[in-house]
Formats: sequence, structure tokens, C-alpha cells
Amino acid sequence: MTNSIDNSPASSRNNSPMSHTEASTASSTTEKVALSLKKRHQKEKRFKSIGLFAVLFGFMLVVILIGDITSKALPAFHQHWVKLDVNYQSDWLSVDDSSTQQVLAKQLKSANYRKVLKNSVYQMFSTSTGKKLSRKEKRQLFKLFSTNAEFTIKDALIAAPNQLNKQVTVWVRLDDDVDSYLKEDFAVGEAGLRITKQQAMWLAQLATEARIESRFNVSFFTASDSREPELAGIKGALMGTLLTMFVTLLLSFPLGVAGALYLEEFAPKNRITDLIEININNLAAVPSIVFGLLGLAVIINLFGLPRSAPLVGGIVLTLMTLPTIIIASRAAIKAVPPSLREAALGLGASKMQVTFSHVLPQAMPGIITGAIIGIAQALGETAPLLMIGMVAFIVDVPTSIVDSSTVLPVQIFLWADSPERAFLAKTSAAILVLLTLLLVINVTATVLRSKFEKK
Amino acid sequence: MNTSLLFIALISLTLFSYWFGLKRSLKVAGGAEHKKDLTCLPEQFGLLTAMVCGLPALITLLIFNSAEQLVIEQLLTTTLPANIQSLSSIDFGLYLNNIRSLASSETTQALLQGVAAQQNDIALQGQFQAALTLQELNQQAVWLKTGLVLIIAVVSVIVLVRKFSLTYKARQKSEAIVRALLVASSAIAILTTLGIVVSVLFESIQFFKSVSPAEFMFGTQWSPQTAMRSDQVGGSGSFGAVPLFAGTMLITFIAMLLAVPVGLMIAIYLSQYASTKLRSFAKPMLEVLAGIPTVVYGFFAALTVAPVIRNLGESFGLSVASESALAAGLVMGTMIIPFVSSLSEDAISAVPNALKEASLGMGATKSETVVKVLLPAALPGIVGAILLAISRAIGETMIVVMAAGMAANLTANPLDSVTTVTVQIVTLLTGDQEFDSPKTLAAFALGLMLFITTLGLNILALKVVRKYREQYD
Repeated sequence: MTNSIDNSPASSRNNSPMSHTEASTASSTTEKVALSLKKRHQKEKRFKSIGLFAVLFGFMLVVILIGDITSKALPAFHQHWVKLDVNYQSDWLSVDDSSTQQVLAKQLKSANYRKVLKNSVYQMFSTSTGKKLSRKEKRQLFKLFSTNAEFTIKDALIAAPNQLNKQVTVWVRLDDDVDSYLKEDFAVGEAGLRITKQQAMWLAQLATEARIESRFNVSFFTASDSREPELAGIKGALMGTLLTMFVTLLLSFPLGVAGALYLEEFAPKNRITDLIEININNLAAVPSIVFGLLGLAVIINLFGLPRSAPLVGGIVLTLMTLPTIIIASRAAIKAVPPSLREAALGLGASKMQVTFSHVLPQAMPGIITGAIIGIAQALGETAPLLMIGMVAFIVDVPTSIVDSSTVLPVQIFLWADSPERAFLAKTSAAILVLLTLLLVINVTATVLRSKFEKK
Repeated sequence: MNTSLLFIALISLTLFSYWFGLKRSLKVAGGAEHKKDLTCLPEQFGLLTAMVCGLPALITLLIFNSAEQLVIEQLLTTTLPANIQSLSSIDFGLYLNNIRSLASSETTQALLQGVAAQQNDIALQGQFQAALTLQELNQQAVWLKTGLVLIIAVVSVIVLVRKFSLTYKARQKSEAIVRALLVASSAIAILTTLGIVVSVLFESIQFFKSVSPAEFMFGTQWSPQTAMRSDQVGGSGSFGAVPLFAGTMLITFIAMLLAVPVGLMIAIYLSQYASTKLRSFAKPMLEVLAGIPTVVYGFFAALTVAPVIRNLGESFGLSVASESALAAGLVMGTMIIPFVSSLSEDAISAVPNALKEASLGMGATKSETVVKVLLPAALPGIVGAILLAISRAIGETMIVVMAAGMAANLTANPLDSVTTVTVQIVTLLTGDQEFDSPKTLAAFALGLMLFITTLGLNILALKVVRKYREQYD
């Protein structure tokens, strides 16, 4: 740098006419740069670690969310049963054991099983402790068992009528509060615990006699909704979801594909086509609850379709998922090479024949992937279904698309609102089922997509 | 014949007419060996026949079904005595409901007639008579529907088939029909938008007849419980929506406060720093957050996050509402993170590489390049992403329904309970309600505001993004 001082133009590399001062500033800039380098690298490191932290934070959220729900859900998959010595005395049942078999069978169906249950239970406990139970104790004792217990012993007797007037052991469900108590290891007297000291003692006694057993909760999958948490299941909601998705798929797939085919293959480039395109893009971003309002005002109040029905739910979800399916289908159709169309057209096929026998089959994997994603979106949707009344308490399993029903996400919403402690686990378990369904659907879509891409 | 049976009959008729059209065209040609004389393939004749058989009949069926209820009720009304016709709309609706349940399919005609004859009360007798009339009308409607649909199907096939000739252009005709169907499918999007706008607007206008728009937009009192009786206490009903707007904005703001920085940093890290291995793992992992149904987030917010925040606040001596805006906002932010991150990543990677390389070549560090070159260049795209995220947060329903409160508090304190527009729509419209009270109509007015706001945000976002694209393409 020093020889640039003597002002010879040849030696001056940076075209500057004069440079005593400039050179000194240049050197000081370099110094400055060198000095600040450490700071800048530190800054760089900090920035990078903030980025990494953000990514890890995202992971952490996923893990916490799934972990929290899974840990809450696990208790719902098993349930405590208790072995009772049931004494089917005919006078407790208030049946006449001297009547003929047919009459007896009829009588057994409407006999007083609650009395049998009560008396058997009282007998069990008063003989073991050796003293008579007070009225209050009796009430508390009876509360240990599920309301369903009397039906369980009824079914047991009807299945084997020869056990009338005999003492047999029958397994029945415990009440949901008792079940939660056994699962969670509370100390007696703790706040929020709905078990009295006396009840806890009885339970301990039952446990030492090996009368309590934890079993896999089958009824969670085979029963419908119930006010009693120990009896509630998701079968009704699953069936409702299935029916609703059936309607959604049946409507949205053909409509979506047809709309996409028109826009991609036939539509002239004009204002109307533009309008349709803008419309579809905007509809994809309209909040789902607005579709619920549409369903309530138009489909239910104007066309008079039944409230709470999977048919209406399916139509609303169709309108909601249609933009998704159209956009995905258009992308898939666009990806079909033009040479294919031109070859077919050149051989004399009509435009319609080209579209349906060449373009559509080629685009099908992509379209199906899009449809699956749309269905996954519809599967988890709750808000619009609340608007059209799919939020009722429904005990029957729906069998047709016009029956009143509910769907899995709405069932989750309903259970989450219930005050009973045991519904917390039920809700989490239902969520786990819903997430599993979504996982299966999404994995299917991914597998299909990768298969398609390999072609 | 009920609708589903009729539908099945129609489908079988359509399948039959495919075969019929095919055979008929061969007959016109003079046997299968003269097939080549036809302008179009016999299958194309069959297809056309099937379409002509099924479509008009199906459309008739749909129109009939949607209009049936209305027409029958009109007819029934004309047969009712004058004193009932002059009832107020609510009482009349109740009266009709009574008749409808009397006339439901379980009660046989004979039973109704028997009971009607026994009634001494004239008003009750009138109801039973009306129920009988309704049953009769329903019966007639079913016959009319069945007859009409089947006749239309058969007649249109016969008319078509008579026109068949050697030069008949069956393919062109069926293709024209298919094309029309395709156009109709793509028009459904427009119809949906129109349906939303018209239905929500119509109900909102009804609402604004009883509540002035100014009160709705600027009033600060929200208590939608209207009085059932005029002498009832505390049921005057006031519809000032400002607390709802404020609550929505508060929760949205909290959500953005979490989602924008985290989402943006994730986008920057994944697009600039992460190895391909980490990217291929991180992207699906974050997509999980986007794929979880909102009702699950709502559950998580209400039962996990809210108690944690309350306990944390209480340990600092703060009073935290059990349904705090903070819990709902944070969980909503979690839901929106992947949305922000994937859209901003698209925006960042759309910046031409030359800009980035020039900056790096000048000796800038990666972070300097990101902050001083990439982000400014990608800013319109990122702003668009944030606008879309805000629109999504405003329209989000389940999280706030489950985790935010019901009481309309006008507050900016994130630890208080606030309510939002979507929460109020759900509360006003779930359960049984008569359709024309201001209480239910208010939900539609709120829906209108929601629709306009989100639509505006979306259009704005698209405009911003589009303008940006023009600069580099």
C-alpha cells in the first residue's frame, strides 16, 4: 500500500486519484472489520442457536401435546371389575319359581334385579364384618357399583336360568368415581376425591380378597354415549363419523374432480373463469364456522333437511373441503404432460375422450391424495357441525344418513365439557382414536404420493 | 315409495336405459353386424340414453324434495280455520309442530280418525282434523313425486330413442351434457359463496331491523339474553359487539406474539441452516401440529395449559381467571406456528439466489444476509403469511369455545377471561332456538362481520403476495 503514495497511476490499483488519507482509513476499516469479526461471529452463533431453539421448541410442543393426551388417555383403556356373590333368590327377584319354564323366562326379563344386587351386596359385607349395616352405610355401599351392575347380573341369570335360587359369582363394573380412585392412588380425604373413608375401607377389603380385577375396556369401543362414564363408548360417534365421511366423500370427490377438470381442461380464459378461481381460493380460507351458518340457514331452514343428520353434516363438510380438493386436483391435472393430450387428439379422439380416458387416469393418484387430505381435514372438523345440531346427546348408534347422530370430534367436545372426573380419560382416549385415524389417513396419502412420484 | 327407494328405482331404470339405448341403436343400424353404419358407437348411444333417463328425473326429484315441505304447509294453512291462520308467527309455528308430530308416520290414519271423533273439545278436534289433512297431503305428495319422476324418466327415454337414426350424433350430445355437468360442478364454488353472502346478509338485515348497526358496531354492552316475557328482569338484551371484537383481537394478538417469531425463526433455520436430514425430519414433525384437529387443541388449552397458567400466576400472587385469554391465545399460537413457518419459508426461498450470494460474497455473515437482505426482500410474502395467519386466528372456533370464557369483558388484561366473536356465534346457535329472535339473528350478524374480515384479510394478503411476485419473476 505504501507505493501508492507517490501518485503514479499505474501502481494505483483502486483508481483513486490521491490517497494518503484514504489509505489510512482503509487500513483502519480493515482493522475495524477484523476487530468486529469476533462480535459478528458471536452474533451469527446466537442467531443460529435462536433458530435451532425455535425448531426444538416446535418439537417440544408436539411432544408435550401428544404426551399429555396419551398419558391422560391410558387409564380409559382399562376398567375395574369386581366379583360379587350374587344370590338369585326368587323372592328377591319377585318371580314365582314354581311356574312353567316359559312363564318363568318371561318373568325373569322384568324381575327386580336391583333388589337382588342390593341384598347380595349387603349380605356379603354384613357377614364379613359380622355386624348389621346402617341405612347410610347401605347407601354408600350400593354406590360403589355401576348403575349397569344390575343389568349385568340380569344378563347372567337369563343366560343361565338354572341358577335361580343359587349363589353364584358374577363380575360387575365398579362406579366411575371408584374406578378413578383405584387408578390414581389418592389419599383418602383428599380434595376432589369422591370416595368416603368407609368406601375406601370396603374397597381395600375387596382388594385383599382378590375380588377386584382390572380388565381391558371393551365397552369403550362397543358402546355408545352414556351419562355414566364407566359405560360410555365411542361406537355411536365412530359410526356417525363414518356416515358423515361417506356422504362427504361421495359428494366432494366427483364434484371436486369435475370442477377441476373443467377449470383446467375446458374453461376459456375469461372473466367468469377468473371469478371462479378467485372464489375457490377465497373459499379455502373462509372460517369453517361460516359454513356452519350456511348449513343452518340454507340446508336446514330453507330446504328442510333434518337437523343433526350425517347427510347435512356431509353436505356442509363437502362445501368446506371442495376448494381443497379442487386445488389439489388441478395441480395433479396440470402435471399431466401435454404430449399425452396432443397424441390422443392427433389420433382423432375428442376433447372429452382425451380428458376422461387419458388425462384423468394419469392424474388420478394426485387427485386421490388431494381428496384424502380434504377428508382428513373434514374428519377433524367440529365447529360447523355444532351449528347444524350434531351436538346432541345421542345414545343410539346411527344406521342411516338421516338418523340423528354425532361425530368423533363433537363427542370429544361434549365429553370435555362433562364434569365427571372419569370423562377426562375418556375424552383423551377418544382424541387418541381420532389422531390414530388421522395418522392412518395421512400415511396412506403420503404412501400414495411417493408411489405416484416414483412413476 | 320413499325417497331412497325411489332413488334406487331411478338408478336401476338408468342402468336399464343404457342397455336399452345400446340395443335400440343396433336395431336402427339393422343388427350388430351393421354396427359400422352408425355415426357413433352403440355404447355412446347407450350412454346418452342413460343420461337422458337419469338426469332430468334426478333434478326433478331434488327440486321436488326441497320444495315439498313448503308447499304442503301452505296447502295445509289454507285449510285451517281463520282464527288459527291469524295467530302470531311463533304460535302458529308451535301449532304446526303439534300437527306435524300428530301426523307422524307412527300414528295410523284409522287411529287418528278414531281419536278425532272422540274429542269433545273443538280446538283439539280441529288439530286432529288438520293432522289427518296433513297425512293425506303427504300421501298425495309421495304419489305425485313417484309418478312425476318415473314418468319423466320414461318419457324422456322414449322421446330420445325415437330420434335415433344412422347419422344421429350421440357422442356429441352426451359430451355436451358432460360438459354442462362439469361447468355446474365448478360453479358450485360460486354458489357456495353466494349462499354464504345471501343467507348471512339476509339474516343480518333482519337483525339490524331490531338493533341499529351503530349500536352493534360501537356498543360496549353485550348480553344477548332477550326477555321471554315483558316483565322479566335483566333480560333486556343489548347487542354492543365491541367487547367481542376486543376479545377476538386480544387472543389473536397473543397467538401472533407466539406464532410469528417462532414460526419465522423456524422458517429461517430450516431454509438457511438446517441439514437436509434435519429438514426431512422437522417438516413432517411440524406438519403434525397443523394436522391436529382444533378440538384437540381446545381440550389441551382448557385442561392442561389453563390450569398451569393459573397456578403459575397464583404463585406470583396474580389473580388469573380459569379461562384466561392467555391460555387460549398461546394454544392458538401453537396451532398457527406451522402455518406461519411454511408460508414464510416459501417466501424466503422465493428470493433469487443471486441476492443471497452477492451478500455472502461481500463478506456478510449468514445472519446478516438473512436480516439485511433476505428478510427485506421476502417481506411482502411474510406479511402476506402473517395476514393469512391472523385471518385464521380470528376465524378459529373450537379452541376459544373450549378455553376462552363466555362473559363479554372489555379488557386488555391477558389474564382475564374474554369472549370472542366465534364463541358467541356458537353459544347463540347451539341448542333449541326459534329462528327469528334477535338473539339468534345476532349470530348471523357476527358471522357477517367474521366473513367480511377474513375475506378482506385474505384478499389483502393475496394482493401483497402477488405484488411481490411481480418484482422477481
